[in-house]
Order: sequence, then structure tokens, then C-alpha cells
Amino acid sequence: MRSSRGLKAVGRNVLRKDGVEKVSGAARYIDDLSFPNLLHARTIRSTIPSGHVVDIQYHGDTTGFTIVDHRDVPGRNIVALIDDDQPCLAERTIRHFAEPIVLLAHENRERLNAVDVQIAYREATPNFDPAASKTSFKTIAIEKGSLDEGFAAADVVVEGEYRAGHQEQLYIEPNGAIAVPAGGGITLYGSMQCPYYVHRALKVLLGLPDHKVRVIQTETGGGFGGKEEYPSMIAGHAALLALKAGRPVKLVYDRVEDMVATTKRHPAVIHHRTGVTRDGRLTAIDIDALFDGGAYATLSAVVLSRGLIHASGPYRCDHVRIRGRAVMTNTPPNGAFRGFGAPQTQLAAEIHMDRIAGQLGLDPVRVREINALRPGDTTATGQRLGDCSALQVLRAAVERSAFKRRRRALAGTNRGIGLALFFHGSGFTGGGEVALASKASLALTGRGARIFVASTEIGQGTRTMHAQIVADTLGVPYDCVEVNAADTGEVPNSGPTVASRTCMVVGRILQRCAEEMRERLGTLTPGEYLRTHGPLVITKQYEKSSAIAWDDHSYRGDAYGSYGWACDVVEVEVDPDTWQVKPTAFTTVHEIGKAIHPMLASGQIEGGSAQGIGYALFEEVVMRDGRMANCQLTNYIVPTTLDTPAIDVVMLENPYKHGPFGAKGVGEMPIDGPAPAIINALRHMGIDLREIPATPEKIMAASAERTGSGITKSRSARRYTKPSSKTLHALREKP
Amino acid sequence: MAQVSMTVNGKVRKRNVDPRVLLVHFLREELRLTGTHIGCDTSQCGACTVLIDGRSAKSCTIFAVQADGSAITTIEGLAPDGQLHPLQEGFWEEHGLQCGYCTPGMIMAAVTLLQDNPKPSEREIREGISGNFCRCTGYQHIVNAIQYAANKR
Repeated sequence: MRSSRGLKAVGRNVLRKDGVEKVSGAARYIDDLSFPNLLHARTIRSTIPSGHVVDIQYHGDTTGFTIVDHRDVPGRNIVALIDDDQPCLAERTIRHFAEPIVLLAHENRERLNAVDVQIAYREATPNFDPAASKTSFKTIAIEKGSLDEGFAAADVVVEGEYRAGHQEQLYIEPNGAIAVPAGGGITLYGSMQCPYYVHRALKVLLGLPDHKVRVIQTETGGGFGGKEEYPSMIAGHAALLALKAGRPVKLVYDRVEDMVATTKRHPAVIHHRTGVTRDGRLTAIDIDALFDGGAYATLSAVVLSRGLIHASGPYRCDHVRIRGRAVMTNTPPNGAFRGFGAPQTQLAAEIHMDRIAGQLGLDPVRVREINALRPGDTTATGQRLGDCSALQVLRAAVERSAFKRRRRALAGTNRGIGLALFFHGSGFTGGGEVALASKASLALTGRGARIFVASTEIGQGTRTMHAQIVADTLGVPYDCVEVNAADTGEVPNSGPTVASRTCMVVGRILQRCAEEMRERLGTLTPGEYLRTHGPLVITKQYEKSSAIAWDDHSYRGDAYGSYGWACDVVEVEVDPDTWQVKPTAFTTVHEIGKAIHPMLASGQIEGGSAQGIGYALFEEVVMRDGRMANCQLTNYIVPTTLDTPAIDVVMLENPYKHGPFGAKGVGEMPIDGPAPAIINALRHMGIDLREIPATPEKIMAASAERTGSGITKSRSARRYTKPSSKTLHALREKP
Repeated sequence: MAQVSMTVNGKVRKRNVDPRVLLVHFLREELRLTGTHIGCDTSQCGACTVLIDGRSAKSCTIFAVQADGSAITTIEGLAPDGQLHPLQEGFWEEHGLQCGYCTPGMIMAAVTLLQDNPKPSEREIREGISGNFCRCTGYQHIVNAIQYAANKR
């Protein structure tokens, strides 16, 4: 029925639902809200990375203050997530700098900030080195075939170690929440991705039943994973104060607090050892990955899981072993960030692939063409791929960017061109979607329908895209579909807004709601149906496709329902005096099933690519004694308009049969590719870098090593000279 | 306390303020004009950009008392008759926004850009808004949105 009707909304660039409010200043973010008798709040945090609290002293006038510490927690003092190891307020033990210990609230912010809280500690020796950590949050091994057999078939073995640093999500709206006491319970407003995560965390923390906790997402100024788990902490703090004070409490972080205290992307060290035949075929892949989880488990186990599943890249190989650990260190906990482990591991895989090509004397495209996954191949977890567009995106990107011609043209200059081929699984890993059992509801209205999902609009276009899917499935105009606020008092649990699942998974559940609604309507218009039969609400739950099988113990099977495929080509220019790298051209080809809204989808790709450029080049989190030293936008550098080239986006469509109108996920994949493509562009210039961010200091050092002089070169030598093949060879041989 | 008087979105506003109150806090808290956002506290991000006497400026860089006697335009004052300003229309039509948090500041910066240079090139647009951060879009659609507005005038 759908196809015969033709699509009026899907595939078109309809106006976004939240557009007018956002361009006119009417959209209300958390700090824009106020309540009568509102108190402001402040979090007192540890100033040491490891030790114990011995004493707490308050200096200044605290009359009229609400003060909360761990003894005020009515339920369990944890931030409920996976491992339940993180206290909402530290009791005695301190595991990281900026760990919350005491909360203060007062109606007057001047007075609130005037109080000095002195905490005495007994310090312990911190560990900041993941390799020296004695605590593993998670260990995973993926095995396929036999490494012995694979290496026996190899002509050449290529080995290397690759490193990625932290990355801050840097949503422009800092985190914040307002807790309002209501009937013995709490109503919580906040900037967040996952209202039901916050809902569960508050129930556990406060010891309240379901109906006493209500969580309402306010307009959210970006998330990128940074508002996946940490809002549960902030919500808990605001709620504890509000319950004790009996008044609404606002807790909004400033930028420094947000950067110092909240989660970041996991730093990782990834070791590759690869067997390859002389003609370029991969025979064995052995990968070891170490992820720095920071002080508490948060989501490290699942970040590691996604990272490892993507670690061998979009390549075929019969003999694979991928092992990894996420470990504890005394730094603030790392957590979700767009890509969720895959950017780190695919950075390593794609730099390594260029090094393999270099050792074999093959060009980077050829070595990828030989090894790219094809339909019918199996992944590292043994998932047999029906569809697979790795070769298509590679060839399209190479052609579109004139890669081979540009590679020749730029040789020997201070410019280089590099590429990265990558993939990204949509939805929760393995059995995750079955466990989530997400629900979505659709209510018939006089004009059309109203969507009830917990999926949040954080900029990516959730409301718009869901409304398009419902409009075309139900056969009503896009404007006749409304989207309810993500309010746990009104919407069912659709799972978290993460993992590139909001379109493919929740969108598909909504589509099934709309299909049934369409059947129930028959020949009646929505208005006629309501007058004749009364209200109609349809709720559906996630249904696993029977084809998907996963074994969590052996880590074998269908890790994801589907994968997106992409290839980035980036040209860079290196300033010969400052060693600053400037991306000058950027081509990206993404296969995402079906673009429900092409401009929103390309917006995801452009935005993710820009974040990837920052990850590659500028965004360095400087940790000093376990504390982020550059916790301001003055010295944590994110890309501006002048650091970001025009991004040429090509979207290929290869519909996924279990996605709405064929759609797969798109949100995360774009950040997997830019960093390796940029590092490979530097390699094209003879700069052997295996670490990001590729700051000028690191590039200068790598170049100095190359020339062996310790000093880069005379200022008069403006033009970059290509090293001799002999020095290049020596460079490549370094482990 | 110091008395300040300024014309905000066409209306004269008089208040007694602490001399150290920033203009952005005055607008948001005294006047409840919350369309002007705060993103960084260190004058990098540009989310708080408004027009001061017709020129775009980051409202966290000056005190309210320094704006005494000035005419301020915030995002709420850009479309006084309810009809969207061409830039607002451009940001909506061309998907120059995602989360929307940087959008008001970005639009206000673009007002001055187009005043000075009604037909800017892509390069000139990128330079004109380089003091405003966006973490969602990668800027491409923002550039398109400003071009849309330039072409409409």
C-alpha cells in the first residue's frame, strides 16, 4: 500500500518541527526555566584524585542553606546504570578529581558561592596509567578461525601501536537539571538524551516507586553521548536537594564544571599484528585494545564491546583474534560519546591499513579493494553479511575526490591526501535491543496522529524524522503529525536516544503502530474514526527479526541488525613553520540504507565529520595529576568555520528491510572516519604519526625523527621536501 | 547598585543593577529574554551574541552598565511583527540549525555580517561567523542559511 501511494514526506527535506522556536529564541532550555521559590545549587567536589575524606568544614554563613551529603540519600547511593559502582555522592573513598561529595542550595547565588567548604583528605597514591591498572571493568575476546593458520599463510607481518586521547563532547549547552518536589515524589526537568535512564536512576537513589518519579526532557542543546549517563548524576543531586528543602532546585553547570567533571571519550591504545600475503590479502588479524575507563565503570563495558566489534574494520579475514580490556584509572569516568569505541579502534585499523599498503608497495585504495567485506562474507564475530556496501562507498569516494590523481599531484608538497574506509553497526549490540524491549505509541488525533516516544530531540531531528515516517505510513500530511514531549509521565519507554537506533529501531516500531492504525481506520478519516469509535491509541514493542542471532558468552553471531558503510577522503595542508594542519578538502560517501530526510542526514554527516576533524587535530584533553587542565574553550580547541572545509557529502541508498522505509542508523558513523583519513594524509607526506590528536608539537616531533636532525628545517625551506625512500622505509619499519 | 537605561528590542528598560552584572545576565535574568544563551563563560562560543547599537557583540564581554544608553537587539527582537527575519527563515529552510543552542547568537552575528557585506562569498561568510561555535552542523548548512538570506534581500 505504501509504495503505491508514493511518499509525500519521506525522502523530502520537510521543515523541522522545532524550527520556529529555535530561530526565534522561544525554545526553552533548562537554564531558561524558572519556578517559584527556586533554589540554586552548587556541587562541592574532591580536589584530589585518590584517597579518603577525613573531615568537612563549612566556612561562612550557611544559615538558610540546604546541605546534602551521602547520609541524606533515602535509597541506594549509586548512579544506577550497569555496574552500580559509582556513588551519587562520595561517602569516604575518593577515586577521582571532581568527585561530588557535598551539595549546597540557597535561593541567593551570591550567598551560595560565598560559602567555603574545606575538605580534609587522607591521600592515596593515584594511578593514571591504564597499562598499570589492576582493575578491569570488562575483558572481551572475539575469536574467529586460527591465528596460527593465518600467520602461517602470511608473507609479511605488519605490527603497530596506535593511540587516541580523550575527547570532550562539547555540546554548546552545558548540563543542567531542575528538580521539583511533587506529592512525595520528584518531577525532574533536564537537558538529557535518555529520560528513562534518569527515571530509573532517581527511583533507585530516592527509593521511590515508578509513579512518584517523572522525568521531562527540556529542549536539549546537543548531547553526542555526553548527555547519555551523566544527567542521572545531576538529576540525583538536584532531586536530593529538592526533597530535603521541599522546594524546586536548579543545578546548571558552567563550562568549567562541565568539562572537569563529566564524561569524555575513552583514551585507547590499540596494538595490531597482521599477517598479509605479498599480493595484499589479509591472512591473520590480531588486535589488542586497552581502553581507559576512568574511575568508575559507567558504560565502559559496552563502549569496549562496540569498539572491539569494529576493530578489524570493514575487512574480510578468516583468522581473527580481537582482545580488549577497559580498566580503571584515577581520572574522571569516561563514557558515551558518538561512535562509542568505534572511532578509536577504526582509527587504528585504518592507519594500520595504510602502513600495510606502504610495506607491500600497494596503493591505499588497492589494498582496501582486495580486502573489503563483500556480501556473503563474515565479520569478526562470524556475522554473515547479506548486504554490504564497503566496495561501493570506497569506489564512489575515490572517484568523487579524484583520489588517485590528487595523490600524484600533491606528492612532494606540503599537502597530502588520505582516505579511510569504515563501517558502523546500528542499534544496540548483540542482544541489547531484545533486552531493551522498546515501546512506542501512536494516538489518533482529529487531523492525524500524535507520537509518544521517549526518544529525545537533541538536534539530530528526531521529531521531524519520526513524524515523516508516521505521516507516510498513515497516509496523512506531515503537518498533521504531532510529537509529544519526551515526558516519562506520558510516553512509553522507547529506550535511550543513543547508538544510532532512534530512526532504525524506534522509527520502525512507530511505523508498525502507523500500519496498524491505517488498517483500523479503513476508509474513515481520523476525524470520522474518532467520532464513530472514540479514542485510538496503538502501542507496539520491538520485535526481533528471526534472522538475528547472538551469543553473548562466545561473542559470536549477529552483532548488529545492520551496518552503515562509509569512506572519507581528506586533503590537508601543513604549515611548514607552525606545523599546523588544515583540512582543505573533504569528501565523504555514506551508505545509510535510506535517508528519511536527506538534509538532516547530511547534517549528521557534516557535523560528525567536523567533530572528527577536531578529534584528529585540535581536541586535546590535557590531564595533569588526574585533572583536566584545559577545561575552558580558551584552550580546549574545537573546530570553527575556518578549521572546517566545505564537506562534500554523497549518500548512497541500499534499503535495509527491517528499517523504516529501508533506513539504517546515521548519527555515529561519520565520526569514525575523519581522524584516520587525516593521519593517512599526513602519512602521504611522509609523516609517520600513530597518535591523535595530531597537534603541531607531535607532527614536528615526527618530522624531526624523520629527518633525524632534531630541528625541523630552515625557515627558508618553505616548501616541504619529500624524504628519500630509504628514510621512509626505515620509518615504516619502526614498531 | 547603578541605574541603567537601555532600549531593548525597541522598549526602554530601566533597572538598578550591580555594576558587575554582565549584559547577558541582565538580559536573561532581569528582562527574562532567554533566547540569548550562555555556552562558555569565556567569550569564545558566541551563543550570547546580540546587537549593541546595531553591531553584533558577545553580551558576556561587557557589563550591563557599559550598555547604558544603548539600543540592544536580541533574537526575540529580530522579528517584531511576527514575520521571520530572512536569516531566521534561512536557518529554518536550509537546516542551519540542529540543537538550536548556538542559533540565536549565530543569527545575530550574521545580521552584522550581511549589513557590512550584503552579498558575501562562502569564504567571507565563514570569516564573518568564525567567532561563533556550532558543535552540531559542521557549519555547512549554516553557510547555506546565510547565503539564502543574502539572496532574499
